[in-house]
Amino acid sequence: MPDASSSSTGAGTQSGRRNADYAVLDFERPIMELERKIRELKQIPDVNLNGELKPLERKRDRLLEDIFGRLSPWQIVSVARHPDRPQFMEYVEGMCDEYVELHGDRLFGDDHAISTGFARIGDRRFLLVGQRKGRDVKEKLRCNFGCAHPEGYRKALAKMKLAARFGLPIVTMINTPGAYPGVGAEERGQAWAIAENIMEMSRLDVPVICIVIGEGGSGGALGIGVGDRVLMLEYAYYSVISPEGCAGILWHDGSRAKDAAEALRLTSRDLERLKVIDEVIKEPLGAAHRDPSAMIERLKETLVKNLDELSAMDPAERMAKRYERLRGLGNDVDALDPQPELPAGKAPAKAKSKKKK
Amino acid sequence: MPFFRKKREIPAGLWMKCPACGKMAFTKTVEESHRVCPECDHHMKVNGPLRVKQLLDDGGERLGEDLIPKDLLRFRSEGETYEDVLERSRIKSGVSEAATAARGTIEGIPVTLLAMDFSFRGGSMGVVVGERVAMAADDAYERQVPFILVATSGGARMQEGALSLMQMAKTSAAIARLKEAGLPYIVLLADPCTGGVSASFAALGDVTLAEPGALIGFAGPRVIQNTIKAKLPEGFQRSEFLLEKGYVDRIVHRSKLRDELATLLRYMHKPAAELATAAVGEADGGDASNESDES
Repeated sequence: MPDASSSSTGAGTQSGRRNADYAVLDFERPIMELERKIRELKQIPDVNLNGELKPLERKRDRLLEDIFGRLSPWQIVSVARHPDRPQFMEYVEGMCDEYVELHGDRLFGDDHAISTGFARIGDRRFLLVGQRKGRDVKEKLRCNFGCAHPEGYRKALAKMKLAARFGLPIVTMINTPGAYPGVGAEERGQAWAIAENIMEMSRLDVPVICIVIGEGGSGGALGIGVGDRVLMLEYAYYSVISPEGCAGILWHDGSRAKDAAEALRLTSRDLERLKVIDEVIKEPLGAAHRDPSAMIERLKETLVKNLDELSAMDPAERMAKRYERLRGLGNDVDALDPQPELPAGKAPAKAKSKKKK
Repeated sequence: MPFFRKKREIPAGLWMKCPACGKMAFTKTVEESHRVCPECDHHMKVNGPLRVKQLLDDGGERLGEDLIPKDLLRFRSEGETYEDVLERSRIKSGVSEAATAARGTIEGIPVTLLAMDFSFRGGSMGVVVGERVAMAADDAYERQVPFILVATSGGARMQEGALSLMQMAKTSAAIARLKEAGLPYIVLLADPCTGGVSASFAALGDVTLAEPGALIGFAGPRVIQNTIKAKLPEGFQRSEFLLEKGYVDRIVHRSKLRDELATLLRYMHKPAAELATAAVGEADGGDASNESDES
């Protein structure tokens, strides 16, 4: 069954797989070797090793450019899921001068998978909505690995409506394997909660900016993902279904996630061409996890630029444009170029190590 | 007589087997009872064109049939292109996409109707399904008539990737506009309705009806079972369960569906003529004259 929600099975795969040595992705190994050497050289005191250090660093940067310049879609998925990739709370701490968290949906409870609150950058005040996966085990459990329940979506909507009442722009940060597929979630109307958010977000009469910072897992992402502009980090992914789920449905073989990742066209570049997103935010050399503060700074700049542009627009015109954007999704799109033939190389090895479940 | 008992002696299509109780019934009887099993009352699947025929007074006028899905992702699976998949589905189902839109009347009340179709790729939503839904909502908006939607779908169309996901946003935006204009939107949930369809326009009805025993939910039962690693409760995610949980207004037997819709519409919609008279009476020109220009 082509079930959009299957992506949420990611919740299960994550918990089992994440451990300390996973932080190095297979295709990063050659870089790690060089980085280790550089670190060792730097630790030798009182000796000027610039002569040896500089070429090594140049070599490392070239290697980074080379590897990250041609990541396969499946490798991009693993970068988007990288345990050291900056998450919502790091962005909040790194870019906001203030964050006043507001809890609870007034109907059922407070879902920690989605955080909402008033935020300030300089004198720009707005509402921030972000999906949280959690860092350590305890926090991950509290955040349900980033898989929100209906109360999470309803909290987000309640706060967004609050923001609209007071004329505050809304910024959402998306990072979820998917909305949670559980008994309680179904009993409390997961489908209804997400649908309501999508519809209401199309009509909120304040600027709305959505940023995919990691995993854009299907309806669970779209539930806070409708707005005037959708931005996406270079190595984030956004998909109708997780590659694992897609492979399971199409080929009855979840281990072919790599092939599914290729077929789904879930990378920022492809999605920009398909006009699903409006702007790609470039990541630092070697992706966000290698230099979180540079990433946070870059996201902040892009966010501020977009906030200012949207705030300067005539509200009626902005609303009309949003409607036009949403109504036209998928209509005036050119077909993508055919898939390049897969270069038989490192990529398949990667897929093997990841797929046990 | 022995030869009657042999399956292949039965003229094709004369008898059919109920997928729920397994009993044989005259195809003609089943069709006459709106494809409801005469033995166990199981509501069998109904395709888009037949729904339109069952619900509208005189079959109605089809909309958007010229919209045909495209292979925007150049999706390949086991050497098969998406175009191949579509062609196969068209031949198998006899329809051009998983949604059929039409204009017409229900007991004389003008409506726009969209009926989804599980027989075409499991009712999955791609760009054209999304566009037909949005276009039908627009049609209702422009003609100022109620919008009726029959939803049945396994979710999003994987072969259209994120573009199919985005149809959730497109359709919901069109529904929002319809609602803001004060026009009624009635949804009938038919078996099954899950995934991206259930989490967008299918969940936005002003009134939500469901056929008996329909599977309705965000995630499919298999996905949930794999996640929680436990057996699901009896009747979980069925219409009756959803009614109990407060997400469905009424469960309606298919034989009464037309009547129910007409009854509801008489509460929720004033005919355009009445609205115009009221507007003229209230505003005495001004806005009212603009409205009459449009209609």
